[in-house]
Amino acid sequence: MKTEELDQRAIDPGPDKIIAPGYDYATVTDKIANTVLMPVEKTPPQWWISLLIAFTLMQGLLVASAWLLYKGVGVWGIVIPVAWGYAIVNFVWWIGIGHAGTLISAILLLLKQDWRTSINRFSEAMTLFAVAQAGMFPILHMGRPWLGYWLIPYPSSMWIWPQPRSPLVWDVFAVTTYLTVSLLFWFVGLVPDLATMRDRAKQQWQKVVFGMLSMGWRGSAQHWSRYQMAYLLLGGLATPLVVSVHTVVSFDFAISLMPGWHTTIFPPYFVAGAIYSGFAMVITLAIPTRKWFHLEDLITTRHLDAMAKLMLGTGLIVGYGYMMEAFMSWYSGNPHEMFMYHNRATGPYWPFFWALVLCNILIPQSLWSRRVRQSVPRLFFVSIVVNIGMWLERFIIVITSLHRDFLPSSWGMYYPTQWDWAVLLGTIGFFLTLMILFVRTLPSISIFEVREVLHHLAPHILEDSPKPAHGD
Amino acid sequence: MNETFWDRHGIHGLMAQFETPEQLIAAANRTYAAGYRKMDAYSPMPIEGLAEAIGFTRHWVSAVVLAGGLAGCVGGFTLLWWICVIAYPHNVGGRPFVSWPAFIPITFECTVLLAALSAVLGMFAMNKLPMPYHPVFNVPSFAAHASVDRFFLCIEADDPKFDLIQTRQFLQELNPEEVAEVEK
Repeated sequence: MKTEELDQRAIDPGPDKIIAPGYDYATVTDKIANTVLMPVEKTPPQWWISLLIAFTLMQGLLVASAWLLYKGVGVWGIVIPVAWGYAIVNFVWWIGIGHAGTLISAILLLLKQDWRTSINRFSEAMTLFAVAQAGMFPILHMGRPWLGYWLIPYPSSMWIWPQPRSPLVWDVFAVTTYLTVSLLFWFVGLVPDLATMRDRAKQQWQKVVFGMLSMGWRGSAQHWSRYQMAYLLLGGLATPLVVSVHTVVSFDFAISLMPGWHTTIFPPYFVAGAIYSGFAMVITLAIPTRKWFHLEDLITTRHLDAMAKLMLGTGLIVGYGYMMEAFMSWYSGNPHEMFMYHNRATGPYWPFFWALVLCNILIPQSLWSRRVRQSVPRLFFVSIVVNIGMWLERFIIVITSLHRDFLPSSWGMYYPTQWDWAVLLGTIGFFLTLMILFVRTLPSISIFEVREVLHHLAPHILEDSPKPAHGD
Repeated sequence: MNETFWDRHGIHGLMAQFETPEQLIAAANRTYAAGYRKMDAYSPMPIEGLAEAIGFTRHWVSAVVLAGGLAGCVGGFTLLWWICVIAYPHNVGGRPFVSWPAFIPITFECTVLLAALSAVLGMFAMNKLPMPYHPVFNVPSFAAHASVDRFFLCIEADDPKFDLIQTRQFLQELNPEEVAEVEK
């Protein structure tokens, strides 16, 4: 089949195959490279429209941050006792979304799941951009972000040091390490594909840019040998790292004495929740991308189905976490804990709690059905619902525990302001802007790994070749 | 023929082009068996057994990562110990200064950070990348296909057994699509 035909072809081969038939090394290369190298006028119109919307939303972040820096954190709805507000809700939400990317690229790599190949690059980029959004919130929340470097242990003229026994300082190390390792993982995976882009690019400036980024990669067998070992070890390092990051985030809560926060279920259920929301976001982003760029050949129903199953599985762990929270608050016999759970379900924020149960527990049960998992619109709907549900979960955890603590005299209510919303929507805009630019400027599917899959899957292509002469 | 002759004539080596990974592995095995040692194989994706076929069996990536990880672990813990005991001792509710369980998360993160950095930087350094110029790209079909759909074997001119005519003949027998001289 001709390359031009394959570029426009979009046949989903169904739930059994991870790649549509008819590809060889060259055509699959061109199919993916075409998303980057296609002329500007051939860019799908939906891409432009989405970029415009996302870019407009992003302006909200810029305006709100400027206003925040000018006036101070009082422009947000945070009050005493709810001093954490949207900033921390959004921080935990975004960093959780990042976790699916690392899970797909690292854990599924170690488990040798070859369906990860078409979506790993994409989800790694998602991780990177989500962690970038997350990182902004604690800094904006500081009040004086220009002093943010005080978090880093360095020999200062004030002779004071951060307190390394505090989970908030653990967070600094965990999040910066996570961002760095995610960036390394993503870039290392990109290098051989950047070399392909360098060799496929038609225009001189593209050759120069991809040439510099690919650093002279030439696919030498010795290089591949070291490369694969480094990549495997990075996967092995990223796997405990991803578990540690959301564990440390959950310690921000669990190490404190607040009712509803001081619980040992938090680390595992935060990690499961992170992966849950991350898979929801990968599905939300993958569905439009494969449509716009005709990538149904490579991101097939098999991928959507597998991600939906993982979403269902982690969702059930999260549901178990909710049950245990309820059980432990009763079983503890502690009146503050019992009140906390009662207040969550029936207090002033009750609609949020029940919306959370609906979004995170009830609606995702539809994923037991193959008809939902393998139907693009239904799965898209469920993924959006889970994204919202996981945001609500963080809202419930942060707000309801803080607004009713031990002393009734210090009880209060938290209402987000327009600036809270502007920052939340602004980061969504910023995140989507980065994702939309990414799918058009870099190969969003790992080309060399798809070639590897072709090599393993399709021995019939190679029938004519002589048998390898081993045994020298 | 000796090294200096080919150096003077600006030849990096001779390169054979193959259509499939299996042909490349077979060719690499036969080349190694024929006594050639200075060679490299090029492929658009990693191929199992190819590095072994050209006689490349040892690399130091894992050792470098281990060293980086240990350095991060020891360095991270030492930093925290130094902050809490020497630089800024702080009595929190009568707890010991060396409250090591509270140091574990940061020690772990430092271990992973340094191990990951040494994996990536070490891998690129040992591969001698970035490399802005390499002679193999002077072969037009290499530049066009090596990162896409063709598989290459290059016997380098500084191999003691290298001879422009005999080596070319040898490569022709491996049933390649093409044999090309690689200019320096």
